[in-house]
Amino acid sequence: MIEDPRKGARRGWAVPWERLSQYLPAVTMTVLLLTVWQAATMIWDIQKWLLPSPVQIGRAAVEARQLLGPHIWQTAKETLLGFAVALGAGTLLALAIDFSPTLRRAIYPLLVVSQTIPTIAIAPLLVIWLGYGIWPKIIVVGLVCFFPIVVSLADGLRSADPDLIALLQSMGATRRDVFFKVRWPGAMPAFFSGVKIAITYSVIGAIMGEWVGASRGLGIFMLRATNSFRTDWVFVAIGIIALMSIVLFLLVAALERALLPWYYTAEREERWEEL
Amino acid sequence: MPFVISGRADALAETRLGGGQVDKQRDDSGVIGVGDKVVLRDVRKSFRVDGRVTVALDGIDMVARDREFVTLIGPSGCGKSTLFNIICGLMEPEAGQVWLNSRVDGRRIGTVGYMPQKDLLLPWRSVLDNVILGPELAGVDRRKASREARELLPLFGLAGFEDSYPVTLSGGMKQRAALLRTVSCHRDIMLLDEPFGALDALTRSTLQDWLLGIWQRFRQTVLFITHDVEEAVYLSDRVYVMSARPAQMIKELTVPLARPRCRDMVATESFLSCKVELLAALGT
Repeated sequence: MIEDPRKGARRGWAVPWERLSQYLPAVTMTVLLLTVWQAATMIWDIQKWLLPSPVQIGRAAVEARQLLGPHIWQTAKETLLGFAVALGAGTLLALAIDFSPTLRRAIYPLLVVSQTIPTIAIAPLLVIWLGYGIWPKIIVVGLVCFFPIVVSLADGLRSADPDLIALLQSMGATRRDVFFKVRWPGAMPAFFSGVKIAITYSVIGAIMGEWVGASRGLGIFMLRATNSFRTDWVFVAIGIIALMSIVLFLLVAALERALLPWYYTAEREERWEEL
Repeated sequence: MPFVISGRADALAETRLGGGQVDKQRDDSGVIGVGDKVVLRDVRKSFRVDGRVTVALDGIDMVARDREFVTLIGPSGCGKSTLFNIICGLMEPEAGQVWLNSRVDGRRIGTVGYMPQKDLLLPWRSVLDNVILGPELAGVDRRKASREARELLPLFGLAGFEDSYPVTLSGGMKQRAALLRTVSCHRDIMLLDEPFGALDALTRSTLQDWLLGIWQRFRQTVLFITHDVEEAVYLSDRVYVMSARPAQMIKELTVPLARPRCRDMVATESFLSCKVELLAALGT
């Protein structure tokens, strides 16, 4: 039997290319912006301490790579621990809100108020109360992250279709059954939306916690670089922070896809392509 | 005073002429026949809507006997779904009695299989896991329930789709899966609330024939809601016509067509006269 040559071609090249080509506009745009940036710094001969060029930032990253390791590790640790605290506390609060209307009325307004207080104002207080250790940073991350988690989970649990609940009740389901078989799984897409927002904020939270007082971490690395006019190192730190946020976001998104396959199953449709 | 729409109504009327205490006793016990699966007597229900009281059901009387296919037809919003909610135990009537399997006391929840208007399949469960929801809630062993459900999948046109998510199914398949879920509860009374209401005419008539086939096989007592007169006549042994809110039963019609039904009957004289009678009762 003769293999259709196009088949192999499709498998080897065409399909991955189709997928990669989705990212082409974003990549092109980024390269374009970096080029303009590089050109601008060269044409107007902008000083390195004022605005370093992308190439200078790249060199600074190579130069600082050995210094950066412990700082990255410290910030990552604070971020993940803080996020874990937010996830735990957020879930518990959402369950409490969901459990009783009275608790909802009691807790919800306080939650909203808590978000109007600037975190940067509480951070120094946390240092006074808890010292210079890792705890103030974990709490700042937790404070930044827990709100989207609570709101998304509480709203998700509330959004269950009443007809669906009635159907289960007609089959003799208990309140427990309704929760575990309808409301909890139904709340998962909303919950993951909240978690994705939270994880994007989390690294910034750790940086803010470090700014108030720390001996290690990307925040403190940035502060020291600014004070010694190493603007290129500041940009390196910014780049790493962005990268960490993106990686964490992608991890959550991958987890969501793995846990909620039904949510990513495409609606039944046939695509008719014109020939 | 409750009256009973059934073959025994005349007999009852006679005893009533005697009057007094004896009658009352008869009303509460004697009238419910062994074959009467669902009996409603003077069922009333009101709701408070925006501070105003709306009477939804204003004294509903009806009977569905063993293995009978009974249809309720009426204008939309007349309270048919409220009636179903009461029968399956999700709501309690304000007044009147609901007899299921000749019992008036006790919990009705879980005694009837209820198929609502929307398919209401759980999107995160595969077709098979949706179908065994009833047995699962009743504490039946999952493997046993799955095995039973798998055997029925071909009959419901779902063979090969047991692991698919509902979102990948067509409208007709979703309704069939929802009916299989209801059948899998193994109740001998089934309430079907406009199961084909959202489907196109062609799918609808296919599913009607298929439903009759299923019913012929399992022979439960079926209470069916529709607002399609032709569907009502084609499927049912008897049809009740409900009035607009506050709802009452304004007509009861026995369909004289033989079983099994086939499409050719749609053009017969008796079919058409049933249709005319129902349309007249509905006031259209």
